Amino acid sequence: MTTRIVELRRGILKKNDELAAGLRQRFTSAGVLVLNLVSSPGTGKTAFLELTLRDLRSRGAKAAALVGDLETDNDARRLAASGAPVRQINTHGICHLDAEMVTKHLEGWEGVSLAGLEYLFIENVGNLVCPSSYDLGERIRVALLSVTEGEDKPLKYPGLFNSSDAAVITKIDLSVPCGFDRELALKNINEIRPGIRIFETSAKTGAGMDEWLAYLAQQARPT
Amino acid sequence: MHELSIAASIVEAVTESASAYPGARVKEVRLRVGALASIVEDSLQFCWELASADSPVAGAKLVINKLPVIVHCDACGVDSQIEGVQSFRCPRCGELAADFRQGRELEIESIELEEPDAEAAQISAPSPVEEQL
Repeated sequence: MTTRIVELRRGILKKNDELAAGLRQRFTSAGVLVLNLVSSPGTGKTAFLELTLRDLRSRGAKAAALVGDLETDNDARRLAASGAPVRQINTHGICHLDAEMVTKHLEGWEGVSLAGLEYLFIENVGNLVCPSSYDLGERIRVALLSVTEGEDKPLKYPGLFNSSDAAVITKIDLSVPCGFDRELALKNINEIRPGIRIFETSAKTGAGMDEWLAYLAQQARPT
Repeated sequence: MHELSIAASIVEAVTESASAYPGARVKEVRLRVGALASIVEDSLQFCWELASADSPVAGAKLVINKLPVIVHCDACGVDSQIEGVQSFRCPRCGELAADFRQGRELEIESIELEEPDAEAAQISAPSPVEEQL
């Protein structure tokens, strides 16, 4: 018997990365800004997205959403109330979305063409670990953190916060009853992802939404 | 939690690469995994056994080479290794460093194959031409 070492030097998720690169190219040439929303379950991704879609539509912007969950189309139905086109992705037990699922759900989406959109939101499965490894072709990855979760979430899940481009603190209307230490939360996020843009919002009161929408508009503008 | 998906991707990639060496057995698979890659080593080892069983790479050992985070500090102009994954400050000047040079890797570095010797192969597996003779 002889032994041979074969150097591979290839990404384990090469197939996903290649698909994601193809998606990114499609999104860029269609001129649509794609955002991947990631957080733990219960952070308020859907409520935040509901309000975002409603506000964007009231400003005349064309936005749509893909929403990932293990089961049920409850979130898609909630989001569809905004009037925006929404499509549910059921992963049936898989804890994250991948580029193939996104590719499949862009096909045959009635009434939706990428070229006709300005914004496409992808609400990932609620999970603070696994989605960080899977590129979906998005331009901006947004990590959400609610005031009810504790200020040290970014330190506990550095992989996800470190791979994000923007952070959104949700449910700030509950800051006082939760004893939320705002300064500490901001510091922790910044230690894990130095210089990241941070938004502080409440889907209940609408606080912080103007700043968030201004950021979206700025990011969507062709550079 | 996604280690099973990761393990399945490794099995697929290694099977594909090893198929270029007919008759060879995969002895070892060496990975490079960054500290920020969100991989739990024990979980990946456990899932590797499940995912590789009944595959062409069954029995291969998975070796996980963990890579620490390395950041580049703009102020100092120096790359430094960071201990842990809780704070990314330049160890020289203490400034936060956002330029990550290492730590997110999730790669198959190499595979080790065991191949039958050329002579032994001839004895144990005569070619179809020889059989005809």
